[in-house]
Amino acid sequence: MTAQAPAAVITPDTFDFYNVRSLLTEDERQIQDAVARFVDEKVIPVIGHAFDEHRFPKELIPEIASLGLLGCNIEGYDCAGLNHVSYGLICQELERGDSGVRSFVSVQGSLCMYPILTYGNEEQRQRWLPGMARGELIGCFGLTEPDGGSDPGTMKTHAVKKGGDWVINGAKMWITNGTIADVAIVWAMTDDGVRGFLVEKDMAGYTSRDILRKMSLRASITSELFFDNVRVPEANLLPNVRGLKGPLGCLTQARYGITWGGIGAAIACFREALEWAKVRVVFKRPLSHTQTIQRRLADMSRRITTAQLLSLQLGRMKDEGRMHHAQVLMAKWNNVRIALDIARDARDILGAAGISIETHSIRHMLNLESVITYEGTETIHELIVGSQLCGTQAF
Amino acid sequence: MKILSLVKYVPESTAAIKVKADGSAIDPAGVKFVMTPFCEFAVEAALQFKEKNAAANAEITAMTLGPAAAVDVLRTAFAMGADHGVHLSDPLFEGLDDLGVARVLAAAMKDQKFDVIFAGKHAIDYDRGQVGPALAELLGLPHVGAVTSIEWGADFKTATARRRIEGAEEVVEVQLPCLFSIDKGYVEPRYPSLPGLMKAKKKPVDAKNAAALGLSAAELSGDNWTTKMDGFTPPPPRPPGRKLEGEPEQMAKELVRILREEEKLI
Ligand SMILES: Cc1cc2nc3c(=O)[nH]c(=O)nc-3n(C[C@H](O)[C@H](O)[C@H](O)COP(=O)(O)OP(=O)(O)OC[C@H]3O[C@@H](n4cnc5c(N)ncnc54)[C@H](O)[C@@H]3O)c2cc1C
Repeated sequence: MTAQAPAAVITPDTFDFYNVRSLLTEDERQIQDAVARFVDEKVIPVIGHAFDEHRFPKELIPEIASLGLLGCNIEGYDCAGLNHVSYGLICQELERGDSGVRSFVSVQGSLCMYPILTYGNEEQRQRWLPGMARGELIGCFGLTEPDGGSDPGTMKTHAVKKGGDWVINGAKMWITNGTIADVAIVWAMTDDGVRGFLVEKDMAGYTSRDILRKMSLRASITSELFFDNVRVPEANLLPNVRGLKGPLGCLTQARYGITWGGIGAAIACFREALEWAKVRVVFKRPLSHTQTIQRRLADMSRRITTAQLLSLQLGRMKDEGRMHHAQVLMAKWNNVRIALDIARDARDILGAAGISIETHSIRHMLNLESVITYEGTETIHELIVGSQLCGTQAF
Repeated sequence: MKILSLVKYVPESTAAIKVKADGSAIDPAGVKFVMTPFCEFAVEAALQFKEKNAAANAEITAMTLGPAAAVDVLRTAFAMGADHGVHLSDPLFEGLDDLGVARVLAAAMKDQKFDVIFAGKHAIDYDRGQVGPALAELLGLPHVGAVTSIEWGADFKTATARRRIEGAEEVVEVQLPCLFSIDKGYVEPRYPSLPGLMKAKKKPVDAKNAAALGLSAAELSGDNWTTKMDGFTPPPPRPPGRKLEGEPEQMAKELVRILREEEKLI
């Protein structure tokens, strides 16, 4: 037998059990650390209170913008030009703070800046994107309507051409950032199928109001939009897309970020439960010395680890331009589901303390009820993956 | 105007510090290093001066003395908005005391004059706060320490600085060039932007070793140190707590007995 140097002692990181971080580039790690610091210093200290007050912490927008988080995976137009894995890590860190803050960034970047970039003309890009990257102009994305969000093809909001303008009538509901938006990307039915319009805040006949008394995503603005004969010039029509693939293309971008966001929320809850279990003494021993609690914590770690690997591979595929939208749906379905289950279980491990706003898990748990619903419900995600496998749409 | 911010590479404040087995130094393995928060104030103070006083046409240099990896804090300074970076690094600089560090910094400023130098009040590793004042002394510049606000004279020839002292605030007027050590409260450091972080990697750093500064091994040797680090010992582990059990009256009695007879606190 030849003598061998003893192998280095390897201890898995508690919150990155498979050392997924080692698969990131140095740039990606640096980006994650920079955003993590912002979240620890600026988001987490204020978010419980903001949630309690049912208030979006708007005061964070200038720093979110100056960090370069808005439209960060867009090249040019004063955007950061980061890769998609970096965008994912940003979503993960933001959602470790709160789903509401991550939602703000998702909507601005993936649901508003992305369609202007992809479906807009150069004039529209120049007009909106740099200001949106600087956080001076806010966007919202109006697809869902009061009557059923899962089937946007049956939307009632419609636009008709009159003279050189379009006239829009209808209503949108559950619209993030609605009342603070300078521009709404509104999807409306036309004789030519679904088209996207840039509806500006001051256009006559366009009004919005907040949906109050939510039990979830309280640190985020959710609104209703109303269109009463709103005249929109042709210059505000997004020229380069027709049909539902327009809004669905945006949703693929945002859902991709949400797959990472779920990991962040899950880690926040797992961390809280683990720390609690180590110090909470019940029946004369810390909770963490019992088998059932250890099994539950181990299960959280297992689920987080699989979610991390799923999102990273998804991100690499996206960066290489070979990602399919059904793959995004599988990851959103999995990662939001594990996050919600972990949040509920963490809340339970915290006992009564877990219902207090002083703890994070219940806030994440309540938020994730929105995250598992918006941008397509979990069921719809399952059905789309199913249709991909079976070759027939069953919904 | 030429503005200098001094920046130091230190272990992050929450890092678990381990001492090397031979007690000679801190073991850097696995410890995350960052820019001292007070040095972030020094960079931010320079950036705000530049942004608010376009007429001054300010150019900001960040300078650090430290190991090869300390180049990271220059990158952070670049990402925040500094224009130039100087990295003073040489095995001969290892273990230098504060006066020694100030001497090296002063040597680096022999042919590069600055109108204003910003330093942090102290670095969070050794907490000594001596390099700023020592450097000012060696350069023959006025120094104002623990500064919490600065007003600039119209022609940038003078400045009025405020500093917190016990129970009051001191107002100090200085002639430029001068050196300010910045305390918490003057400025809120910005986060480096992500594109800034990426671009910072490509920005050239002006690296200088002892020879380039005209410093000999003899000058830097331990013989010229005014203070010397003898060794490091970790703080003793906290003795385990003791738990009293029994009926409340009994426990109270026992507690009083312990405080009186064993701990002799009452
Ligand atoms: C906080 C928040 C923010 C939001 N922000 C936005 C936004 O910015 N922009 C925007 O456009 N929308 C937004 N939404 C809307 C969101 O995308 C919709 O709520 C979502 O698509 C679901 O639509 P719905 O609520 O109408 O539910 P429905 O479509 O009515 O679904 C109700 C239930 O039926 C199930 N279901 C539906 N169809 C089928 C089927 N064929 N087979 C089996 N089960 C089915 C669903 O899974 C769900 O459980 C937001 C929602 C929330 C809660």
